[in-house]
Amino acid sequence: MSLLPKSRTARRRLMTLSVAAPVLVLAVAVALYAMRGSISFFYTPSQAAAAHVPTGQAIQLGGMVRMGSVVKKPDGEIDFVVADKRATSPVTFKGELPDLFREGQGVVAIGAYDPDGVFVAKQILAKHDEKYMPPELAAALKKQGEWRGDGAQPTYGAAP
Amino acid sequence: MIDELGQFALILALMLSLAQAGFSIAGRARRDAALTGAGEGAAMGAFVAIALGFAALIHAFVTSDFSVMNVAANSHTAKPLIYKIAGAWGSHEGSMLLWCLMLTGYGAVMAAARRLPFGLKASAVATQGLLGALFIGYMVFASNPLNRLASPPFQGDSLNPLLQDPALAGHPPFLYAGYVGFSVVFSLSAAALVEGRVDPAWARWIRPWTLAAWSFLTIGITMGSYWAYYELGWGGWWAWDPVENASFMPWLMGTALLHSAAVTEKRGALASWTVLLGIGAFTLSMMGAFLVRSGVLTSVHSFAIDPKRGVLLLGILGVAAGGGLALYAWRAPTLKDEAVFAPVSREGALFLNNILLAAATAVVLIGTLLPLIRSAIDGTPISVGAPYFNTTFGALVSPALIALPAGALLAWKRGDLPAALRRLWIAGLAAAVAILATFSLVTPRSLLAACGIGLGVWVIFGALAEAAERVRLFRAPLQEVGRRTLGLPRGAWGMTLAHIGIGVFALGASFETAWRAEATEALGLGQTMHLGGYTLRLERVAQEFGPNFEAERAYIRVTDASGALLCEAEPDRRLYAAGGQTVSGVAICPRLLDDVYVVSGEKRLGSSPAGGGGPQRGGGGSLPSSAAANQALSAASGGARVIAPPPPLRGPPPPTGEENATYLVRAYWNPWVHFVFAGPLIMALGGLVSLTDRRLRFAVTARVRAALAPAAAE
Repeated sequence: MSLLPKSRTARRRLMTLSVAAPVLVLAVAVALYAMRGSISFFYTPSQAAAAHVPTGQAIQLGGMVRMGSVVKKPDGEIDFVVADKRATSPVTFKGELPDLFREGQGVVAIGAYDPDGVFVAKQILAKHDEKYMPPELAAALKKQGEWRGDGAQPTYGAAP
Repeated sequence: MIDELGQFALILALMLSLAQAGFSIAGRARRDAALTGAGEGAAMGAFVAIALGFAALIHAFVTSDFSVMNVAANSHTAKPLIYKIAGAWGSHEGSMLLWCLMLTGYGAVMAAARRLPFGLKASAVATQGLLGALFIGYMVFASNPLNRLASPPFQGDSLNPLLQDPALAGHPPFLYAGYVGFSVVFSLSAAALVEGRVDPAWARWIRPWTLAAWSFLTIGITMGSYWAYYELGWGGWWAWDPVENASFMPWLMGTALLHSAAVTEKRGALASWTVLLGIGAFTLSMMGAFLVRSGVLTSVHSFAIDPKRGVLLLGILGVAAGGGLALYAWRAPTLKDEAVFAPVSREGALFLNNILLAAATAVVLIGTLLPLIRSAIDGTPISVGAPYFNTTFGALVSPALIALPAGALLAWKRGDLPAALRRLWIAGLAAAVAILATFSLVTPRSLLAACGIGLGVWVIFGALAEAAERVRLFRAPLQEVGRRTLGLPRGAWGMTLAHIGIGVFALGASFETAWRAEATEALGLGQTMHLGGYTLRLERVAQEFGPNFEAERAYIRVTDASGALLCEAEPDRRLYAAGGQTVSGVAICPRLLDDVYVVSGEKRLGSSPAGGGGPQRGGGGSLPSSAAANQALSAASGGARVIAPPPPLRGPPPPTGEENATYLVRAYWNPWVHFVFAGPLIMALGGLVSLTDRRLRFAVTARVRAALAPAAAE
């Protein structure tokens, strides 16, 4: 017992520290470790092209679903084109689309580019509210001068 | 007229809240019971006034008074009555009114409490009054639910159909009862700091409030999770979405608070830590309201936003939380917190639990706010995925669960760990058997999930062992066991129930996450698909009509491996004409612990198995409902929205035959998912049972009895 400090306060502090420090170290270590794999960046198609996003890296791709680009295949696969003002990106998705997915409206797809430059989406963000626009998408569109406030959605040309 | 009276009542409530704070502060400073009495009266008056305002809003919704802006935006004459009433808190403005109703309600109950000492009560009532004035002021000036429209519309815009659901009608009241319940703990903590006194009696006074808030929050989160599970149609019950985290963080901190308050109550230790948690729990509740309602974070649950309100809510959060924390920084060093305790003791175990829960809260908080911080630093939008939360949260909560049964068996002051572990040999054996059995029998093999199952079994059996220990099961004559069982305080039963609940949840969460199955296929009429051991056969699809929607309903026969009928699943796709939205109605076939979960998707024409039709080009949504939806949408928004004409079909037109139509059917098998929802409900039940403990009401008698019979407790 001689190793323990004499004062009550110091002993209490030592005890607190000896429990809290390992937990803190564990928390920081685990948090840093887990962040490596699960942080994904948000890009619009032109930003993704400019950033040369590597194949297979999980990102979020946001933009407008180009008018007339949605193709529904019999096997349940859905192809469409996500566009911002400067670039477009083909997207393929297998699964059920959110109820509010519509051509000409904003969408956020989560997934990765395949070697052919097609964005393979694992998830399409669902929304509760047709007036809702993800803040990243709104900010990206504002930067490109495409934002026209609530209500008016930017319109993109019909399919070529 | 009633609406204007309601407006008046809300403004009156604001004045009464200010009076509540003013009278209580003046009365506390002058030690004048008449003045503090006036403050308490004002607190009750504020509650009555808010209740009148709330009644006026309900009245406007029930009578579909579309001259009230909030009703016009969120109601519709064709909506069922229950959703008209629930619509009153479905919108931002209405939910803030509900928040204020709860805040003043809790304040009124606290003002009516008779046991609290003079100084503490006056300070707490004053703090509650200031909180009330902040939130009521925000509601009256920036988000008034009773504002009129200059030119009322003939029909309302209706409540978002996803929100027209029984679980969601009850979700906000429970959630807010939880969030706002922590306001009383916040006020009592601030009052304790002002008075400079934190002792076991104070810890006992915050206990019922913490228990009530925690139990309501548990129920509210579970209802929200269940709603997301069966309404959103993606088959999951938790996504670590910012809005979910916003409700989960106050819960975690409230759980920590319950345990640290027990240490303060029994041993007088951890006093300033308990006060900090008391302030933190309501701070996180307010932050939850801010995150949900300001829309600063991307969330699948986000609603359309008004940035001005976000800034105001942030201001309120800053003033209230900043004030509380500044008071803490200033006054906490004066609190006496000298008790030393041994590492191996009940309080030592509870301290470990608190450190782990606080760390878990911190990693969830960091993960939730990181996108915000990162985009503030260099403007890079990022998102933090569910794996981050699963790894960090799991790593921090698993040690807490491993330690739980042993900690609960340790004695206060100085515990005997080997003796505690010896009493847990059954639980240890059961957990080992569970891990081995799960790992070897369930395919595909997953050691992690098997350990999760083992952990759940360990916690459940540990809680039972602790209860058995208390009643001396198998160690005393049966008569004595019976006597002890009856004499056990409700608080002890509550604790056992809550611990069993967390174990049950761990079982369900581990099993469901590891072994859920999913299948998606385009089915023609009469075709089948397989999912786990089940076969799903699409029998027919019919057009049907509900009170305010029309539905395309699929009839799907679900049979198990032996061919026996499990159920007729009837998922549908509903088109709500009023808001122009299509919503999938999920069909769930429960079977013991499992669910077969079926969602019917869009109809696809011309995609015959022979492949004659080729891919179909067209807008989102199935053909008939999409066109109708677009029409309804343009009508509802007064033509402001640009609706593009349907794009021309390319290539040869598909064979028109309806006989070739297929429907995208998505199905999940969610094994043990019922445990996921039952666990938290058992926990909440434990909290409520604990709340009925007589000791909370007759603290003095209990203290006397405890002093007289220390021998009986050992």
